[in-house]
Formats: sequence, structure tokens, C-alpha cells
Amino acid sequence: MTMLMLGEGAAPNTKRIELAMATRDIKTQDPKIDPLTGEFKVIAPGQTFKSVTAKIADIVLTPRISLGWMAFVAIAGSVAMLLLVAVTWLFLKGTGIWAVTQPVGWGFAIINFVWWIGIGHAGTLISAILLLFKQGWRNSINRFAEAMTIFAVVCAAVFPLIHIGRPWLGYWLLPLPLSMNVWPQFRSPLLWDVFAVSTYAIISVVFWYMGMIPDFGTLRDRAKSKFAKYLYGMVALGWRGSVRHWMRYETASLLLAGLATPLVLSVHSVISFDFAVAVIPGWHTTIFPPYFVAGAIYSGFAMVLTLAIPLRHFFHLETLVTDRHIDNMGKVMLGTGLIVAYGYGMEVFMSWYSASHWEFFMMWNRMFGPMGWSYWVLIFCNIAFPLTTLWSRKLRTSIPFMFLISIIVNTGMWFERFVIVVTSMYRDFLPSSWGTYRATKWDYMTYVGTLGLFTFLFLMFVRFLPMIPMNEIKMMLPAAKITPKAKPVAGAGD
Amino acid sequence: MPVAREGIYGVVAEFETPSDLVRAAQAAYQDGWRRMDCYTPYPVEEAAEAIGFHKNKVPLVTVIGGLMGLCAMFSLETWISTLAYPLNIAGRPTYSWPAFMIPAYEWTILWAGLSACFGMLALNGLPSLYHPLFNAPNFRSGATDDKFFLCLEALDPKFEVSETIAYLESFGPNSVVEVEY
Repeated sequence: MTMLMLGEGAAPNTKRIELAMATRDIKTQDPKIDPLTGEFKVIAPGQTFKSVTAKIADIVLTPRISLGWMAFVAIAGSVAMLLLVAVTWLFLKGTGIWAVTQPVGWGFAIINFVWWIGIGHAGTLISAILLLFKQGWRNSINRFAEAMTIFAVVCAAVFPLIHIGRPWLGYWLLPLPLSMNVWPQFRSPLLWDVFAVSTYAIISVVFWYMGMIPDFGTLRDRAKSKFAKYLYGMVALGWRGSVRHWMRYETASLLLAGLATPLVLSVHSVISFDFAVAVIPGWHTTIFPPYFVAGAIYSGFAMVLTLAIPLRHFFHLETLVTDRHIDNMGKVMLGTGLIVAYGYGMEVFMSWYSASHWEFFMMWNRMFGPMGWSYWVLIFCNIAFPLTTLWSRKLRTSIPFMFLISIIVNTGMWFERFVIVVTSMYRDFLPSSWGTYRATKWDYMTYVGTLGLFTFLFLMFVRFLPMIPMNEIKMMLPAAKITPKAKPVAGAGD
Repeated sequence: MPVAREGIYGVVAEFETPSDLVRAAQAAYQDGWRRMDCYTPYPVEEAAEAIGFHKNKVPLVTVIGGLMGLCAMFSLETWISTLAYPLNIAGRPTYSWPAFMIPAYEWTILWAGLSACFGMLALNGLPSLYHPLFNAPNFRSGATDDKFFLCLEALDPKFEVSETIAYLESFGPNSVVEVEY
């Protein structure tokens, strides 16, 4: 992380840099390396304002629709149909088609809800927290990370809504003056969830859209077809790049970042209260809020990598999404992964230290009971494999390896939620009420269907919206530097 | 609402680099120009400083919005839980304010965030799909791509078309164009 903090503006401290170069064994003449910091450059050299606009806007404005994109859309759309089928059957038959029953009353629905929301968190972290910390490298990846957040929240929101049994009465969750004169119960974490998740969804959409307004202006002015001009012109709201507008816009962005930061920390904390407030062994623990938030960011960065690696390959964006981004994301994953590892360790420790018979049995059952395999899958995917390999810079910048690790961590984080939900509940206090949990085909279809929906929405986004913020990239180019002293201008003044 | 006007909106000069723009804007401001604006493809803070735009009201709007959200949700919860629909949940007091803080906190952020975005747009006078500057032939291809513009507006008392054009020419821009309404 120390090297990560050395931004572009860092003073040239040659001694330290030589040391860093020596220990890292990097060729100095490599054009991808910034000689000042010894890090990979955030943007590959040779970019101009014009080339950045052309590169990003033309992905959207080209009239050509590539066959590869069409094929992906066809596949993702078909997979998303599974969700439609599963939800239709659910509405006809009720939640009995799922595996939820006593003693496991919460199954795939809550597992997938928590998993998807967690994935969304990295998008907000990149767009808000890294903006506040002035991490310029985030600029290339923040737009599609935000898009990822929104689509992940869409997928997440499906699950609680279809799990409430009578989804057409979902509006009862809100404090509305209904004729029944019944109001929500504000002491329940489940209601807090309603407010946390809906606020998160709305603020994410606002932040995302606001960020795109200037880029829509660029698209409006570059579009050739009348339809595109009209459409992007409408959503650009008449943006014309006045510096007065820009200053208010920058203030609003910073404020939204400052607001989204406590929001993103609160959302997964509130979700963890759904568990932590209950008295079930394995849930009733105070470490849940920080451990959920760290896990969310861990899985979210894994998902950003899963998306960024194919994107930069297929759309030839290697000059804007560089090895530096992949490397830095690996570092963030290493950091949050270690927090998650501490959380797992503390859970095991507390089950012994609490001297509670039920806690101790829960942990033993989680590790060595009939579903113990899921705990070891989780340990391998989240701890054993990533946290041993991510230390190596060579592996962090190896694209196939990082793609592999992103898939593994996403799997691991799904199993974390599975372990928390299922293995805490299927053998609770009384052995006479013990049971098991076996997901049905409808559970799997719903889950796989949301994966299709997410991919489909993301494909639409990369084709029709600017996936990298052009103005933020331009700000980082060397040409954007204001040379300090004016030459005396002849004849200025009247 | 913008009033439909006739004639000249102003004169706009196109610069190749942000430094040229900032220099010209600084000089014009020092020479007493006030009705002026810069147009750039990305935020150029120095240009805003140069034309004397130092503060804006977005933070104020955001604070007011956030406090309104906080008060709205907290009083709604209090009213529901103590008067409209008091429930005995495990013997807890009906006015259990610590639990109410969480939805109130979320609504503070929600209202503040919406105020920041929509307040920014309102203060900017957006959406406004028409603006006279879009009539300048080189504006739309440059201002959102790679060129930097300084516009001196006709409403400034110092404005006189041919003199203003000559004045802007003295900064060495790519071009200087008259803009009509």
C-alpha cells in the first residue's frame, strides 16, 4: 500500500525509488513504468484529449454491431430467461418450490441477496472512497464499477421481493398511509434494510447518471445519426462545459462521494444486523458489521476484475485500463481479504472463548458436520489460495491469473454467505429439530437467471453508454497541466 | 427562464491549450470584464478562479436537504411508533429512538444526495437544451472534446463587437467568432 500512496505528484526521491526498483527488479526502460514512482503508469503514454474522446466515444457511436457482442447478448439473454421462468412458477406456486423450510428458513434468496449487494459495494468504494483519497488511477474504472453496482443492486433487490410470499404487496414495506391503518415496525433490522438498500440504489443511480452528463454532452456533439444526437442530447440536459457549471459539478461529485462513503459502510452493516440481532449461534456476534463490509469489498473487487479483464481485451482499452489498475485491485483484494481472514479467525476463537456449548457445537458442525465441505471450499477460495498468491507482484500483473483469482474469490464469497446462512441453522438447539438443506432446481434457476440478467444489463451498458469517464481521464493527461507564468501578452487591454 | 433576445450573445475565442485559456481569462478579468465564461472539456479549476468564481452554493443546498431528510424520517418514525400505531415489541418503549436513528440516517444521506445532484443542476440552470453558444460553428466540435473557449458576453458594459473581437485576437486564439441568439 505504501507504493500505492505514491501518486503521480510524488516528489522524486531518487534513493527510495532506486531501492524500490532494485527490490522489484523492474527494467527502467520499460515504457509502461513511471520512472518517478517505479509503478506502472495509470494511463499508457501517447494519449491526447482527442484520442481519449475518440477511443471511448466511438465504442458507443459506431453503427457497427459486432457479432461477438451479439453472441454474448444472446447467451446472457437466454440465461436471464431462466429467471423469468423461475419467478413465474414461483408466483403461481409460492415459496414452497424452494428448499426453504424448518429449520433452514432462509435459503438461497438471502444468500444471493447478500452476495449481490456485496458485489455492488466495490463500485461505490471505487467511485466514492478512492475519489476522496485522491487515488487518480480509479478514474479509468469507476464508471463501469458504478454500473456494476447498479446492476448488482437490481439483481439483489429481486430476491427479498420475491421471497416475501406475496410480492404484489411489496409496498407494505414502506410507511404509507394505507386504508388498513397499519404501519411498519421501525425497531426491526429487516425494515432498516428496506431504507438502507433503497437509499443505496437511488444514490448509486444518481451518482452514476450525474457522472455521465458531461460525457453525454460529448456523445451528443460527436454523434452522426439524428436519432443518437436527439437521444444523447436529451440525457445531456444541455451540458456545455461552462467552468461555473464544472465547479458546481465537482462540488456535487465530492459531496456525493462524501455521502456515499458512510452509506456504503452502513448498507452492509445493516444487512449484517439481520443476522447479528438474532440469537442463533453463528449469527449472534458483534464482529459481523465490519466483517461483512470487508467481505463485500473483497468480492466486489473480484467482480470488477472479472468484468474489467474481458472488457479491456475485447474493446482494446489496454492503454486506459492498464496493468497498474489490475495490480492495485490485487492489492485492495489482499488488504480486504486479510480483514476477512481475521473475521473468520475471530469467529472460531469466539466460539471457543465464549464457553457457550451451542456456539462451540455450531463451529464444530460448520467445520466437520455433514456440510463441512462448504466451509473448506470457503477457506480455500477466500483465504488459502488468494491470500498466499496475491503477495507476488508477478502474479498480480498476470492477466490470466487475476481473472482466475477473481472467479475463485467470487465463488468463495458466495460460499461464505451459504455457510453463514445454512450451517448456522440446519442443526440448531434441539437435536429433534435438526434437518438439512438441499436447494431445488428452482433455487438454482433463479440464481443462474440473475447472473444472466446482470451480464445482459452490463452488455447493454458497454454498448450504449460511455464506459470510461472521458473528462476524468482528460484531467490526468500531461496536456492538462497549466503552465504557471503567462508570457506578457502584447496589446492586452484597451 | 431565459428571455428570448435578438442580436449578439457575445464573442467566443477558441484556444488550443488550457494554459492559453487561463492566461486570457485572467487578463480579461483584470481588465474589468465580468460577464464572461470559460468552456472546457473537463473541469479547469484555474479558469474558474481566473474569472472570479470562487464559491458555490451546492454545499449549502446539500446540508439543508440532509437536515430535512433527517427531520422528516425521525418525526415520521416517532409519530408512527408513539401515536399512529404503537406496538409492544418485547416490552421495549414505544419511543425507542436509538433504533429510529438508522432509517433517519439513511434518509439524511438520501435527501442530501438528491439535493446535491438536483441542486447542482438547478444552480447551473440545467436542463436547458438550447443555448446561443451552440450556434457558434466550432463550439460543439471542440468544447466537449479538446478545445478551450473564452466567451465575453454582450451584456457586459465593456462590450463592443469589433473592439471585443480585436481584444480577444490579441491573446493568440485559434479563432474568434461572434455568437448570435
